[in-house]
Amino acid sequence: MFSEADIAALMLTLKLAGISTLVLILFGTPLAWWLAKSAWRFKFLIEALVALPLVLPPTVLGFYLLVAFSPQSSIGHLFESVVGQPLAFSFTGLVVGSVIYSLPFVIQPLQNAFIAVGRRPLEVAATLRASPSDRFFSVVVPLARPGFLSAAVLGFAHTLGEFGVVLMIGGNIPGETQVASIAIYEHVESMQLASAHWLSAALLLISFCLLVLVYAANPKARVLRL
Amino acid sequence: MGRITTYTTIYLLACLSAQLLCSTVFAAQVKVAVASNFASTAEVIVATYAELSDDKIVLLVGSTGKHTAQIQYGLPVDVFLAADSAMPSLLEDKGLVIDGSRQTYALGRLALWSKDPLLVDANGEVLKKSRFKRLAIANPKTAPYGHAAIQVLSNLGIQPSMVYGESVAQAFQFANSGGAEIALLALSQVIDLQRGSYWLVPSKLHSPIEQQLVILNDVQAARDFVHFLLSEQALSIMELHGYTRPATTSYTRPALNDNTAPAQIESTIK
Repeated sequence: MFSEADIAALMLTLKLAGISTLVLILFGTPLAWWLAKSAWRFKFLIEALVALPLVLPPTVLGFYLLVAFSPQSSIGHLFESVVGQPLAFSFTGLVVGSVIYSLPFVIQPLQNAFIAVGRRPLEVAATLRASPSDRFFSVVVPLARPGFLSAAVLGFAHTLGEFGVVLMIGGNIPGETQVASIAIYEHVESMQLASAHWLSAALLLISFCLLVLVYAANPKARVLRL
Repeated sequence: MGRITTYTTIYLLACLSAQLLCSTVFAAQVKVAVASNFASTAEVIVATYAELSDDKIVLLVGSTGKHTAQIQYGLPVDVFLAADSAMPSLLEDKGLVIDGSRQTYALGRLALWSKDPLLVDANGEVLKKSRFKRLAIANPKTAPYGHAAIQVLSNLGIQPSMVYGESVAQAFQFANSGGAEIALLALSQVIDLQRGSYWLVPSKLHSPIEQQLVILNDVQAARDFVHFLLSEQALSIMELHGYTRPATTSYTRPALNDNTAPAQIESTIK
């Protein structure tokens, strides 16, 4: 059924998706808030930049990251001299790639949720002497909860299904960068079709359960509204 | 139950200590980038090697072209088992490999395969008589077996209608799904299959498919593994899986404390 390497690949995929989602929610929330509230003239430029991974072929993103992460490039060199290990073909590199790749899937639901909250609840809270951080955490976060849920699930699920980027920057190292989608590709390439079937079924089941969970918990929340 | 728990504990402890040992000089780990077509054979060789050595061999499976690109961008592998000779020489020209390590480890053979047990005859007449609609081959621009397949067709003077797979594995998928009736594949793909019919294409119909290796990181464990790969034991495993042994197996194991070796290594690194 599942070889040891297959289970390692599945666990690695879940770990990658989990960490990437955490990073995305942490850094995506302020960005989405700014996008929802800012009146800056050139905001559309940032919005276009955030949406870019939606339309860009993963191989293009992966290729640029491969070049940027290599020890010969300034980014790769800087990272290696600070952290002490190379960014290319490492788990950290995959996290950076996944965060960029899944960015729009987290930012857009959050931005929509923040816009939907509107100004009124915040103004009311302000008249009740709520501090800005209090207003955000006790008013905006509860009201935007479906948005957070959508963002987290979409970010997680999209990272689960990541393939092209990891193929370019991962290097298929078992236990380090060999995620499930890459392991499936390898099984098909080396004609181990039974293993490919099992691993594919596992991914299908995980993805389906995730979505069922979200739709069941929020019958009215429109999760996929991109 | 109790026994299982004990075994699990022992296993976890073993994993933990293995991890700890890896960071010291004890048992070395060798990362080997291996061409997709050779992956299943390499797995058997690695399993055999595990009985002889404590060194852990980690296989990174992928296409030779992709590996070559990634090695130039810093893929941390010690040995590269390529599907052709062009990519290893490219890396050699760029000064990325250990001097003198490039050599042929196996010769690939082509097979004409169909999932129909009666379609392919013992002399490959089916190819000449064109009793099929479509022939699947690997992309001749990127895959050495695809390139060889084109040579076979031109030597036989035939121009069938073809479909191109990204690799021989995809060409096999095309023929296995019935999208193409017949395919020119690597013998290693079909030799163990108990289905369909195949014809071993005479090697005189194409230039040799030389699968070459290079050592990228000069560590003793990498040299030990390459030494085993070219040993009689490993070569006979390769033959069982559809490869022909290279004409010369005069690989002499370069000792690390050899008088000439260190100077060469230093110049390669710099």
